[in-house]
Amino acid sequence: MSALLHVDGVSKYFAMGGLLSRTQTAAVRDANFRLEQGTPEIFTIVGESGSGKTTLARMILGLETPTEGEIRYKGNPISGLSFGAARRAFMTDVQPVFQNPFEAFNPLKRVDRYIESTAKVFRGITARADLDAAMDEALASVGLSLAEVRGRYPHELSGGQLQRAAIARALVCKPKVLIADEPVSMVDASLRMAIVNLLRTLRDDLGVSVIYITHDLATAYYISDRIMIMQKGRVVEMGAARQVLDDPQHPYSRLLKASVLSVTDAGQGNLEPARDLMEASRTALEHADASRLVEQGEGRLVRMAG
Amino acid sequence: MQVERDEIYGIAGESSSGKTSFIKVLAAAIRPPLRVVGGSVEYNFAGQRIDSTKASEAEIKAIRWRHLSYIMQGSMSVLNPVRRIEKTFGDFARSPLGLDCRAFRERIEEHLDHLKLPKSVLRAYPHELSGGMRQRVTIGLATVCRPEFMIADEPTTALDVVVQKDVLSLLRNVQKEMGASIVFVTHDMSVHANIADRIGIIYAGRLVEEGPTRTLFTEPKHPYTAHLVASLPVIGDTRPRPSLEGRPPSLADPPQGCRFHPRCPLAIDRCKREVPPLETVGTRHRSACWRAQEVEPLVRPEATVAGAGA
Repeated sequence: MSALLHVDGVSKYFAMGGLLSRTQTAAVRDANFRLEQGTPEIFTIVGESGSGKTTLARMILGLETPTEGEIRYKGNPISGLSFGAARRAFMTDVQPVFQNPFEAFNPLKRVDRYIESTAKVFRGITARADLDAAMDEALASVGLSLAEVRGRYPHELSGGQLQRAAIARALVCKPKVLIADEPVSMVDASLRMAIVNLLRTLRDDLGVSVIYITHDLATAYYISDRIMIMQKGRVVEMGAARQVLDDPQHPYSRLLKASVLSVTDAGQGNLEPARDLMEASRTALEHADASRLVEQGEGRLVRMAG
Repeated sequence: MQVERDEIYGIAGESSSGKTSFIKVLAAAIRPPLRVVGGSVEYNFAGQRIDSTKASEAEIKAIRWRHLSYIMQGSMSVLNPVRRIEKTFGDFARSPLGLDCRAFRERIEEHLDHLKLPKSVLRAYPHELSGGMRQRVTIGLATVCRPEFMIADEPTTALDVVVQKDVLSLLRNVQKEMGASIVFVTHDMSVHANIADRIGIIYAGRLVEEGPTRTLFTEPKHPYTAHLVASLPVIGDTRPRPSLEGRPPSLADPPQGCRFHPRCPLAIDRCKREVPPLETVGTRHRSACWRAQEVEPLVRPEATVAGAGA
């Protein structure tokens, strides 16, 4: 199998402070993973704020340049795809969906115009009838229709509808990979599952691979095929999602799981924080420089000392 | 609705369901364009009764912070970015507590110690603290006068999962110890599941169901609640979760009859015409639905689901 997307030893450092007190902060350290061609999957990146998950997504989209390592799309380094026709071809295949749809859309611009211009630029469609057909097809796959969206401004749609329109905008160029950065965290509870179920439909029916970035382990468990857990820029655990979340090994993964507010024992007020796991995950972080990812079989990796 | 002493009452509702307007009335922060057209909010503070919708400015001032306090959503917008935390404590609590400088300082240090915050935060500016610390400081501000009633508006929404649990547990402990009541507002049902004693569900500006937390999760009697609790995924359980189509109605032009009927799978003709009253359907359990007795949980809880702490 050949790789569709290959993140190969990627690190990103940001310089902080002034000229004299300049320090380097590692947002992402040595991230490695690949998505294969022909097997669409939902690959989830989990971590708290500051774990580097958004920086990693921005590097995959070509919006940041890795300090070390390389990201290759179908074998070509994406650093070489930064302008012209090559960039357009890459952007056609790899599309983003952002966290807050109300910020992602200009409030003074009609929603259908976004979808239309995406179709024009990335698929080269010009005829009115073809444009409408392409837009309607993309909107239909997210459960909307062109008639509902045409002429509407962002404030006229609900958060859930707008986020679905944002996904339709990405789908109109028939991408291979969708990078969804916290797509449901700003969406109301009753509409959230519609988006989550939609990501699953995209994988199964349209063959789109989804890189799903979240801090919500419950939805991650629900839809992901593989999962990668990050702590302060380092990958601490990776593998098949169900396997990892049913039995997390690294202290930080265990802490994340223990912090999920369970609804199965609703009303019993189980809020005791897992102090021992907090301590263990802090210790693991302190000794992270002397640790490495160890293969555990079946593609599972866990960061361990030594 | 009634909120008892020593109880956490959770209010769940989506954005623009009217929950913020509602708690503004509770908090006696009624300013135009907000206007109370009917009804009353009666508090009983140590035997002294007061109606927050009618009370005068001076009466409100007398109870604010000492009896009635407020924990807000964005800690960054509560804490003045150019004032040190100790000054902010002074601004909030100095006059209601009525202590002199030394005693006040001692009281605050003692209180922070109680919340497991180091004394050094008093000298810090808000931006120097992490999100979790800041939210703990705002809880500190709201509880320093030991109020009887607190209103918490999405206090943990902006926090990471690990910190969120920590802050919730702190809030719960402080509440238990003071025997205070909290009205806790959030749209996150998993937070309600763990902190609230009772939950009220608001849909399109109306209370549609109210009951003990466990009951709402296991035997909801309103189709909207049934959807809300069924749509929460659980680790260890991969059964498909239903999603609710449509969108909440605009409050400027709500649907006739039951406001949920356009999205409701159980809707009948009557729902389009008549507004269902909030009626008792069980022990301390009320629902506003014409077909309340026919509502079934959409996803049966699994008997073998392992606890999250495994």
